[in-house]
Amino acid sequence: MSARIAGFGATALAALALLALVPRLGNAYYLALAISLLQYTVLATAWGMFSGPTRYVSLATTAFFGVGAYTVAVLGEILPWPLVLLTAAALGAIVAGIVGLSTLRLSGVYFVIFTFGLTELIRQLVVWFEVNKSRVLGRYVFVNITQADIYWQLLVLTAAVFLLGWLIARSRLGFALRVIGEDETVAKHCGINTTFAKVALFTISATVMTLVGAIMAPRWTYIEPSIAFNSMISFQVLIMALLGGAHRLWGPVLGAVPLTLLFELLSARFPNTFTIILGCIFLLIVYMLPRGVAGLFEKLSTTAGGKPTQRVAA
Amino acid sequence: MSQDSGTPVLTISGLRRAFGGLVAVNDLDFTVAQGEIMGLLGPNGSGKTTALNLISGVLRPDAGTIRLMGQNIAGLASYRIARLGLARTFQLVRVLDGMDCRENIKAGLAFQRPHLPASEAELRIDTLLDRVGLAGHDRRPAADLTYIDRKRLELARALAAKPRLLLLDEWLAGLNPSELAIGIDLIRALRADGITIVLVEHVMSAVRALCDRCIVMSSGRKIAEGATADVLSDAAVVKAYLGGVAVDA
Ligand SMILES: Nc1ncnc2c1ncn2[C@@H]1O[C@H](COP(=O)(O)OP(=O)(O)O)[C@@H](O)[C@H]1O
Ligand SMILES: [Mg+2]
Repeated sequence: MSARIAGFGATALAALALLALVPRLGNAYYLALAISLLQYTVLATAWGMFSGPTRYVSLATTAFFGVGAYTVAVLGEILPWPLVLLTAAALGAIVAGIVGLSTLRLSGVYFVIFTFGLTELIRQLVVWFEVNKSRVLGRYVFVNITQADIYWQLLVLTAAVFLLGWLIARSRLGFALRVIGEDETVAKHCGINTTFAKVALFTISATVMTLVGAIMAPRWTYIEPSIAFNSMISFQVLIMALLGGAHRLWGPVLGAVPLTLLFELLSARFPNTFTIILGCIFLLIVYMLPRGVAGLFEKLSTTAGGKPTQRVAA
Repeated sequence: MSQDSGTPVLTISGLRRAFGGLVAVNDLDFTVAQGEIMGLLGPNGSGKTTALNLISGVLRPDAGTIRLMGQNIAGLASYRIARLGLARTFQLVRVLDGMDCRENIKAGLAFQRPHLPASEAELRIDTLLDRVGLAGHDRRPAADLTYIDRKRLELARALAAKPRLLLLDEWLAGLNPSELAIGIDLIRALRADGITIVLVEHVMSAVRALCDRCIVMSSGRKIAEGATADVLSDAAVVKAYLGGVAVDA
C-alpha cells in the first residue's frame, strides 16, 4: 500500500517537473493555452472537492475568482506579492465562511440559485464601491509578474490542490462528507456536525478558487467588475467537473482538459453562439454521462457490474 | 425490570409538537429506566414517529423537556444528541447505498467522542457484522442487500456507537415469520447487554415477547401506560386500534 503511494508520488513529481518546463518552450500561444488548462483544472477540481461528495451544485466559482482578481487590482501595487496572495486567500475564506454558514442549510435548488445570485451581489457591491468611494470604474494592474510566473504559480497550486484533496479524502472530514452526500439525516444521527463539515469544505474549495483569481489577475492589464466577475466561468467549471465526474478527485481534470481546448476553439470560431453551444454540451453531458468520464472508466474497469448509483445530476 | 434504580435513561414531560393545526404529539410524559425495553404503540398517525423525531433532534419541540441521563436535550442539534449516546433506526430503512457494509457501520462509530483507535474500530465493526448476521458481507455494497439485510445493517450502524438509548421505529415491520423470530432474538440479546430501548412496533407478538412496559398513543396523546400484558388487554387500547391495526396482528 505505502509502496504504491510512494510510486504514485514519484510519478506525480516527475510529471510536475516535466510540466514545469512548458514556459521554456518559448511559445507564447502554448503557454497561454497551458495557463488556461491549469486554471480550469484547479477550478474544476476545487469545485468537485466540495460539490462531489455533498452534491451541492455551486455557481459561486465566479464570485470567489472575482474576489481574488479584485484583491490584486486593489492591493497589487501596495503590498508585496506573497502578501497580496495571502490577503486574497483570507478574503475568499471569510466570504466563503459567511456564505457557507448562511446558505448550507438550504437544500438543493435554493443553494444553486443563491450561489448564482451571490456572484451578481458581490459584483454590484464592487461596482458601487468603485463608483461611489474610489471613483474609478476600472483599475490598471501594474505588477511585475510574467506569464511564466503565472503558469508556475498555477502549477504549484494544482499540485497543492491534488495533495489537499487526497489528504481530505483519507481524513475523517472526507468520510463525513461522503456520509452527508449519501444521507444527511443519517449523517447527523451518526454524530456528524454536518454544518461544520460542509462549511469547512466549502471554505477550502472557495479559498483555492480565490487564489486562482488572484494568480490570474496580472494576465489582464486592466480589470473592471465585468471582467473579474464573468459568470461564464461558473458554468464552464460546472460543466467540466460534471463531464469529468465530480465524485472522484481525479474526475474533474478529465473534463477540464478536453473542454478547455474545445471552448478555446469554439469561442474563437463562434463568439456569438458560444453560450448556446455551452448549454447544449451541458445537456448532453448530464443526459449521456451522469457519472462523468470517471464513472465511465469505473464502469469499464468493473466487469462484474454492480450498478453504479446515480450521483450529482444537478 | 428495576424501574427505580438510579436516574432514568429517558424522561419526557409535557412534550408537544404541532404541524400547522395538527397536534402530532400532545402533552406527552413518560420515563424509560436503565435496561428497560419500552414499547411505544398506537395506530398509524398517532404520533409515534414524531415522538422519536423529537427525542432524536430531527424536530424541535414546541414545548416540554426531554432528559437523556438527566440532561435536557430538547431542541439540541441531532448530532449533539447522537454524541450523548442516542442512536436510532428509521421507519423507512436508511442505509448508505453508495458504501459497503463495513463503511456503513464505520459511519456509526467514526464520529463519536472520544475517537476509537483504528484497530479497535475495525474490531468492533467485525463484532457488529457478526452480531447482526452479516459476517462475510463487509465489502458488499449496501445497495445490493436484501430488505432484511438492510435492516440488519441499519441496526448495526445504530449499535456501533454503543448507545445508552436506542430508538427502533418499526424495525420488525415487513419481515417474514422466520426473519421475525431472528429479529426478536437479536433485540432480546441487546437487552441482555444492558442497552435501553424504545420500541415503536405494530407486531404484537414482538411487543409481548420484548417489552417490559408499554405506552399507547392515540392522536398525539398517551391513552394508556403500564406493564405490557395489562396495557394490551386495556379496553381503551383495543378501541383505539379498531380500524387501525388489530391488537393481535
Ligand atoms: N413533517 C411533518 N409535517 C406535517 N405533518 C406531519 C409531519 N410528520 C408527521 N406529521 C403528521 O403527524 C401525525 C403523526 O404522524 P407520525 O408521528 O408519523 O405517526 P405514527 O408514526 O404514529 O404513524 C400524522 O397525522 C402525520 O401526518
Ligand atoms: Mg411512524
